[in-house]
Amino acid sequence: MPSQPAIIRVVIAEDGVLLREGLAGLLERFGFQTVASVGDAEALRNAVATHAPDLVITDIRMPPSYTDEGLRAAVELRRAHPGLAVIALSQYVQHRYAADLLDSGDGRGVGYLLKDRVVDVEDFVAALRRVVAGGTAVDPHVISRLLRRRRDPLSALSPREREVLALMAEGHSNAAIARQLVVSEAAVGKHVGNILTKLHLPQTEDTNRRVLAVLAYLRSDDQGAGPAGVGLDGTRP
Amino acid sequence: MARVRRGRPRTALEALSLRWLPVSGWPWRSAGYLLTTLPMAVPPFVVLAIPWLVLLARLAAGNYQPGGIVVLVLLGVAMTAAFGPLVAPPLARLERLRLRLVDTRPTGTDDQDPTWPGVGFPRPGSEPNRPLSRLRVRYTSPATWREVAYAWLLGTVAPALTLAVLLVVLMLATFLASPFLILAQPPGGAPVALGFGSAETVAEAVPYAIAGILALPLIPYLLTLAAGGHAAVARALLSGDQTERLRAELVEVAQSRLRLADAFEAERRRIERDLHDGAQQKLVSLTLHLGLARLDLPPDSPAAVSVATAHEQAKQLMNELRQLIHGIRPQILTDLGLPAALGELADQSPVPVTVDADLSGRLPSQLEHTAYFVAAEALTNVAKHSGATSATVTVRQRGTVLSLEIADNGRGGADPSRGSGLTGLADRVAVAGGRLLLSSPDGGPTVLRVELPCHRNQPSSE
Repeated sequence: MPSQPAIIRVVIAEDGVLLREGLAGLLERFGFQTVASVGDAEALRNAVATHAPDLVITDIRMPPSYTDEGLRAAVELRRAHPGLAVIALSQYVQHRYAADLLDSGDGRGVGYLLKDRVVDVEDFVAALRRVVAGGTAVDPHVISRLLRRRRDPLSALSPREREVLALMAEGHSNAAIARQLVVSEAAVGKHVGNILTKLHLPQTEDTNRRVLAVLAYLRSDDQGAGPAGVGLDGTRP
Repeated sequence: MARVRRGRPRTALEALSLRWLPVSGWPWRSAGYLLTTLPMAVPPFVVLAIPWLVLLARLAAGNYQPGGIVVLVLLGVAMTAAFGPLVAPPLARLERLRLRLVDTRPTGTDDQDPTWPGVGFPRPGSEPNRPLSRLRVRYTSPATWREVAYAWLLGTVAPALTLAVLLVVLMLATFLASPFLILAQPPGGAPVALGFGSAETVAEAVPYAIAGILALPLIPYLLTLAAGGHAAVARALLSGDQTERLRAELVEVAQSRLRLADAFEAERRRIERDLHDGAQQKLVSLTLHLGLARLDLPPDSPAAVSVATAHEQAKQLMNELRQLIHGIRPQILTDLGLPAALGELADQSPVPVTVDADLSGRLPSQLEHTAYFVAAEALTNVAKHSGATSATVTVRQRGTVLSLEIADNGRGGADPSRGSGLTGLADRVAVAGGRLLLSSPDGGPTVLRVELPCHRNQPSSE
């Protein structure tokens, strides 16, 4: 178990007691420090104000309305605390959630995972660390569904490029992608360049383009998701 | 009614055509009916008829004083209007029972009257458990007023006719008995009064007795006719118009079907909640702990293998349970409503689907589920049979109608009679009181349109 230089301080917001305790146990096992465990969004805001944690893990669906309290709190918190890493856990895939989250604070230090992911303990902890380090973590399920839809301009991508985009979207670095696909890092770099070009993303040196690539798809998927959907400019009507 | 029918007669009127009527049970039953009419007539006579009879008596006596007439008419109308609906329904119940004496057809039951506990359905909008509402229903129901009309007849015309018939019978009986009555009298007694005349000697009485004997076979017919006529009126007024009854029953059946569907929907939601809040949470926690335990075991130990297997199986079970819950009622539908759930459906479809759902808020829970079910089934059909490369789902609400249109660019030719799940869809839509329209010419495109009534005051998803 690799040890972190500084202990990561975490606030957990989850209304299910069992999962909340399970998460706390998991975090402890991996050397995180749980400074507060709460059961609703209001308590989450208070806990963040009190403890100034490094990471917030929040359920999206919490009392009282059981819709998206956790998500709204997370987006709000990220606006108020730009450095705060947030992982939102969801019971089901809702692209709008992922898009809203990634939109907040340039998509750095943010994650959107399905709740069931926590049982793959090591992958989950890796995602946590990635997000704390300023990366992103988007649930593979979200990505795979997006890729399956074969929409323009996604159809312009080759199968290999789609694979790379999927891993990129999950939040993996070029090196990690190269390892997983058993290719050279240079080849991955080339694929990433192609993807960005095909998606008409600006060829600047901004490292955030990777996130933009993912965002482009999360948003494009949102058409027809209802009046509250996210427009192409990322603003909510 | 009185025509010859095959089989046994069902009413006194039908029995009139029997050749063996005089020796059948019908005259006796009719006599019983007529005799019991008299006590039954007392309550309506007291409550409804007295002012009218007083009026009649005054008119007959040549008293045409206008003030008195107005007062009596007003009193009669007021008493009928005020007390009729209170007296008539219980009376009608008894009368329906009594009707069985001379009419063996199933009598009208009391399901038109929702005020009797345990019988029938409450009418829409009524709250049968509240006395005021019960009274309101009773005073406004057409059935009640037919019963009042019957009660009125029962208090006035019926006893008069019945008495007339019984008098005729009594008179014939006296004719028959007259020679014996005279014999039984001490000599020189008063003459026996016999209808239009009287007899003092046996010889004088004999023609009367002969007339009585000749008329005797007519008595069963007279009794049966009188009882049958009364019964026909009773049936007409008390069991209501058959078409109207059928319509009312159909409405009730449709409503009970909707209530059943609502109950199923509530049950689904409860099961979904229970599974989600209970079993699923525990299972996630269990799997998490197994995952943690797995990390702490030496990888080559036998325990590690077992725990790893248990962990994998728990994960599988988690998936299965999730799918089960999703099948019962998708959580995204419960939490976020129809547009979001349709978006998820579209995601899962192998055919690219565009969803266009323009709704101003949450719909009633049952309606949401029906619409979701329709879209899910329709998209499954699109994927399985149509060969389409794209499909659209359009949801609109116009007034109290929710319309749902699923269109694809496939080969068309969808036929409900070939059992493609369309029949099930149509059933589901019919339960919700909606309708399903399908246009699917050979070569396509296929458009399935479903319209569902949408009343926002139904139990809504919060």
